[in-house]
Amino acid sequence: MRHILSVIVENEPGVLSRVAGLFSGRGFNIESLNVAPTLEDGVSLMTIATVGDEQIIEQIVKQLRKLITVIKVVDLTEHKAVDREMVLIKVNAEDTKRAEILRIVDIFRCKVVDVSVDELTIEVTGDRGKIEALINLLVRFGIKETARTGSVAMKRAMQG
Amino acid sequence: MELTGAQILLECLKKEGVDVVFGFPGGAVLDIYHELPNFPFKHVLARHEQGAIHAADGYARATGDVGVCLVTSGPGATNTVTGIATAYMDSIPVVILTGQVPTALIGNDAFQEVDIVGITRPCTKHNYLVKDINNLAYTIRQAFYLARSGRPGPVLVDLPKDIMQQITEFKWPEDVSLRSYNPNLNPHYGQIKKVSKLIRKAERPLIYAGGGVISSGAQEDLIWLAKNLDIPVTATLMGLGGFPGDDPLWLGMLGMHGTYAANMAVNTADLVLAIGARFDDRVTGKVSEFAPNATFVHVDVDPTSIQKNVHVHVPIVADCKSFLMALRESLEPVIGATDFEVAHAGWVKQVQDWSTAHPLHYNKGGEYIKPQHVVEKIYEISKGEAIIATEVGQNQMWAAQFYKFKKPKSFLSSGGLGTMGYGFPAAIGAQIAYPDRLVVNIAGDGSIQMNIQEMMTAVANNLPVKIVILNNRYLGMVRQWQELFYDRNYSETCMDAQPDFVKLAEAYGAAGFRITEEKDLESTLKEAFATPKPAIIDVIVDPEENVYPMVPAGCSLTEMLLV
Repeated sequence: MRHILSVIVENEPGVLSRVAGLFSGRGFNIESLNVAPTLEDGVSLMTIATVGDEQIIEQIVKQLRKLITVIKVVDLTEHKAVDREMVLIKVNAEDTKRAEILRIVDIFRCKVVDVSVDELTIEVTGDRGKIEALINLLVRFGIKETARTGSVAMKRAMQG
Repeated sequence: MELTGAQILLECLKKEGVDVVFGFPGGAVLDIYHELPNFPFKHVLARHEQGAIHAADGYARATGDVGVCLVTSGPGATNTVTGIATAYMDSIPVVILTGQVPTALIGNDAFQEVDIVGITRPCTKHNYLVKDINNLAYTIRQAFYLARSGRPGPVLVDLPKDIMQQITEFKWPEDVSLRSYNPNLNPHYGQIKKVSKLIRKAERPLIYAGGGVISSGAQEDLIWLAKNLDIPVTATLMGLGGFPGDDPLWLGMLGMHGTYAANMAVNTADLVLAIGARFDDRVTGKVSEFAPNATFVHVDVDPTSIQKNVHVHVPIVADCKSFLMALRESLEPVIGATDFEVAHAGWVKQVQDWSTAHPLHYNKGGEYIKPQHVVEKIYEISKGEAIIATEVGQNQMWAAQFYKFKKPKSFLSSGGLGTMGYGFPAAIGAQIAYPDRLVVNIAGDGSIQMNIQEMMTAVANNLPVKIVILNNRYLGMVRQWQELFYDRNYSETCMDAQPDFVKLAEAYGAAGFRITEEKDLESTLKEAFATPKPAIIDVIVDPEENVYPMVPAGCSLTEMLLV
């Protein structure tokens, strides 16, 4: 099963390598890993998407917590969470196809961020379902390139 | 007070209570070595950096204090990696201080530069590169704190040469606080109640003790638990000495080369109390058939060790000593209640019957000296009071099986990593800590050659370490596997070409003895042990003797090959 781990770490050299090394050293796979500073000085947030059974995920979480530079680990799969990813998609867009692609862009509330004679680059943000649906629709036009951020996620606020 | 980085480093070591530094100088640490004579600790000059780190590790295992190792950058640092991994696998507190090229040159492929922080990331508890002299004292403070607290382990601090030369105000940080590091030492009260209830209900409880019992100093509490509740005890290799090896409740070691009684007991037990022990594959055999009838209680200060290999019913993250003390408090009021005492007595008789029916055994007689007999003699002569270090292989297993360790910190052996060449330098570390005790390294003729150069260290420091070589002219354990599982194809395990160990000892200025006949065994060992110099005792033993019992890899513990 896919799990999204929210990992708060010290923002210092080598932390990413410690985390990535923990996965590779134990044969665990990282599906995506996203890291950026938080508003708190000296602290970064990593969002790691990974796949494994219950026992593997338990080990990953425990091993992450064991790293001295890791401050907190939350498995967001256990919580209601907002999970988003941004993808840039460069797609073939000759004159005859362009209108249809733009309709799809409109329906999916994406943005066209670059245009040339025969290509469009589309920026899309959303959960995995939305992104996969969009990619499935665009494949037939010929996708030339994609760049994905990987998941960024956080727990939803408590309701009531 | 304004001090150089080198002076600050050494002041910090003094404040941490360091008595001995094991090391080897080089360009990047010259500033530290320049200041060293002005400080009150002993420096032991090893002949190879691997010797230095193993000696620091041996010192730590024998004393329970942090071992310190100081080496230069590049090859000096990389030569310690095997020793760091050895300490990491066995949770030994060691601080490794490595020199580094000046900060301006880091990343430039400078002479003797290596990214030792990157190299040792997977085999240290934590590591640091000091890039600002103002962080130096606090980093050293953190390094010692991390090495000795929670699950102990090696911590490396990389020290660039220019940082050692810079000058700043020395301030000793009194407190260490790491927001991300708060090891849980005390067990949860509810879990203790659960364990107490399980013990009282169990008909066939078994204690499975590991190195955590020794590192937490819990032997007395373990003895109390076993004796007052009539629970037999087995242990991992690392747990030897955690419970007295001559006690009637002691079953011997568990696992691949464990005793018949221990392996049968774990197979039959309805409750396994695993205390400070990982469920290593050399112990469990086929995991799915390990202790099939048991409820598992697993106590470990490191949460990652729990639920890693076996499904645990009662996981307890705690220091072993804190756990045993809490359990004692909970059980003390009900000691004497006949309901569980009687039930356990029957169980104890059962396991003791197994011990009597299938004791550790070897075939005596024949033309050769039996290696097991040599270990028995060492035990007899030393009255079980020696510190025994071992290399890795058959010598290690025979030492573990036939020397009855009574006290903790008296068996120094590379358990997790299985490092050949570990025992001799580790024995040097132990002898530095205890100059008046008998320290014996039980070695093989293959493994002793991996760090034999440390003989010079022993001689130069007047350390009367004894090396007993169980010389079978083979890499014995590998040969045993080739015999049993590879159609006796002894590919590259014959060590017929070997030095004259007696002359080698003498060349170093140590004493050399050779024993070829059993009649000379006792007298020569006694003579060698009484020699005030380091000594090699080269004992020519049966070349094809095997370690039994043996559970073939991947089999269940009941599928033992007996002699």
